[in-house]
Amino acid sequence: MWDYSDKVKDYFFNPKNAGVLGEANAVGEVGAISCGDALKLMLKVDPETETIQDAKFQTFGCGSAIASSSALTELIIGKTLEEAVSITNQDIADFLGGLPPEKMHCSVMGYEALQAAIANFRGEEWHDDHEEGALVCKCFGVDEGVIERAIRMNKLTSIEQVTDYTKAGGGCLTCFDKLEELLAKVNGELVAEGLLAEHAAYRIGGSDAAELKAKAKAKKEAEKAPVREVAAQATSPIAPSSPLPPPSAGMTNLKKIRLIEEAIEELRPYLKKDGGDCELVDVDGNNVMVNLKGACMGCQMASVTISGIQERLIAKLGMPIRIIPVKNTH
Amino acid sequence: MRPVYLDNNATTRVDPVVVDAMLPFFTEQFGNPSSIHSFGASVGVSVKKARQQLQQLLGAEHDHEIIYTASGTEADNTAILSALEAMPGRDEIVTSAVEHPAVLALCQHLEKTGRAKVHYIGVDSLGRLDIEAYRNALSDKVALVTLMWANNETGTLFPVEGLAELAKEHGALFHTDAVQAVGKVPIVLKGSAIDMLSLSGHKLHAPKGIGALYVKRGTRFKPLLRGGHQERGRRAGTENAPGIIGLGKAAELAIEHMVDEQTRVKELRDRLEKAILQRIPNCFVNGDPRERLPNTSNIAFEYVEGEAILLHLTRQGIAASSGSACTSGSLEPSHVMKAMNVPFTAAHGSIRFSLSRDNVPEDVDQVIEALPKILEKLRELSPFWDGANKDPKDFKPVYA
Repeated sequence: MWDYSDKVKDYFFNPKNAGVLGEANAVGEVGAISCGDALKLMLKVDPETETIQDAKFQTFGCGSAIASSSALTELIIGKTLEEAVSITNQDIADFLGGLPPEKMHCSVMGYEALQAAIANFRGEEWHDDHEEGALVCKCFGVDEGVIERAIRMNKLTSIEQVTDYTKAGGGCLTCFDKLEELLAKVNGELVAEGLLAEHAAYRIGGSDAAELKAKAKAKKEAEKAPVREVAAQATSPIAPSSPLPPPSAGMTNLKKIRLIEEAIEELRPYLKKDGGDCELVDVDGNNVMVNLKGACMGCQMASVTISGIQERLIAKLGMPIRIIPVKNTH
Repeated sequence: MRPVYLDNNATTRVDPVVVDAMLPFFTEQFGNPSSIHSFGASVGVSVKKARQQLQQLLGAEHDHEIIYTASGTEADNTAILSALEAMPGRDEIVTSAVEHPAVLALCQHLEKTGRAKVHYIGVDSLGRLDIEAYRNALSDKVALVTLMWANNETGTLFPVEGLAELAKEHGALFHTDAVQAVGKVPIVLKGSAIDMLSLSGHKLHAPKGIGALYVKRGTRFKPLLRGGHQERGRRAGTENAPGIIGLGKAAELAIEHMVDEQTRVKELRDRLEKAILQRIPNCFVNGDPRERLPNTSNIAFEYVEGEAILLHLTRQGIAASSGSACTSGSLEPSHVMKAMNVPFTAAHGSIRFSLSRDNVPEDVDQVIEALPKILEKLRELSPFWDGANKDPKDFKPVYA
């Protein structure tokens, strides 16, 4: 069984806003029974203010699918459509205290249902966003639009991550070439926009389809304990979100520390803008100990902040760096 | 709340009698069974006794037909690789689409690396082997037929003795993965056409980390592990003496409990199954209703997902398992459900209840009490469910 957070378990066992919303004037339906996941999101939107007055859901799926659906309704009730439309799948996962990486597709399903419901309210066709005939993963019915959005929103850099977040590639993997193409394309765009370090971006040929299949099979057959261990590691805020680049040789400790300080200094205005801050505590090899301060402490988005800092440092130093949040020692 | 364990096809509790039998072999009887001094020799005697106990359970002609391994997986791998090596001029394997990954993964690897051509024989909706396709796949190119005795997910039994006879007509070796069958159904290897059989200790109340491969005397055999002369040179490596003694004792107990398994345990299983089918709409049994392990019931619950059911059961102290996507870490329904063409509406919601001699009627009562409420609750959440027999096509998602 998966190692779910207490909040995931609570939202699974005691789902909020479950059932049919009779007064719904916006409905989003995504997923399919063949995929093992489906969600129907129903909203009651005030036509004047476009505020979501009520939301209910029906979900076919596992524990995290039901918890994600319920969390989504909690997140959006009271928000305007304009506010709700910017909610991401990561917001859903963060609200729940994290999801196992393999279950991130449940949060993506929530995101998709919300977008579909909002489009429905506005009289638009949600699937119009997707190119005609751009179905990529036939096993799970995942199209190009879903995959591109998941890569962009979550800065995914490997095929395995794409599968974790969208399910695409989780079956026969005949869509491997297309997944590679999409991943390389969106990563390239993210690099151009300065949102992803060039060395972290995926390049065509970066994975082998047979190896991925073998790994997926091995994972499936692995005993439960190791699965939990992997999940715990991967959801840890100190775990790198993408494969680390090869270490740069020849950098002195002093230079490394200066670059780290510079990178933190560059980030500081953004952190302060949100009422937080980050302070360098120590550097031990490739481990960088930082102290999150102010609003960053205990923030649901702390893990995102950490991975953001980590990504920035990796880009600046060109070597693997692991950010470890520690308490202030002085 | 009393814990209820109904996941015995995954593993069984080690019988306390087995534990008692093993304990001295961790302490005072610690010698290496291959040593000739007194420390080792006495252990060697006990290892031989255990071999005879296992011989009895399998109805084998000779005790030396048993080779101890570290697991059922090792036994399966040894049998398949040995057959390919020992049968020059033959490079085909016949197996089924519903085998355990211990067989399937190796066959796929051999196929991929060009070492063998593999025929995967399909099954029908009850999980029964397509005998016609099996006959057609047999030829003088086949080195080995490897077919499971009982399916781990559904409990469906293959008529392996007859299938082995057919393989013999073409001169192929016949191996059966009997990991789920040993201890649950009577087995008599003497006089059968079965050349090799795999078993695993922890499925029959012995510890994990001990298995065995039966190799009929006279069968061409090539070892997987080479090194020392243990197991008559057929499996090198110092013997896991405590595990072997435990397996021997477990085999002895399995013989004693065989009637219980076939009667009381089966009755418990049947009562559980009948009550579930009566009380919960839109569910059905996966597997052959007649030719099935006495302890296994795999039930497909339509319009709900297996992991969600399991989470609720777990909270109520009930352990079962699911072949569904989410629990196993894969995203697809189990290969067994797919091979049986179980509809997606049900394949994702399949739950396996597997009993053992440890179970009592109260265990079944507890499940019967808990399960209908769980299904009711989850189906209330399901967009596909609007009372029994609703057509799921009513639900029209954006990307289905």
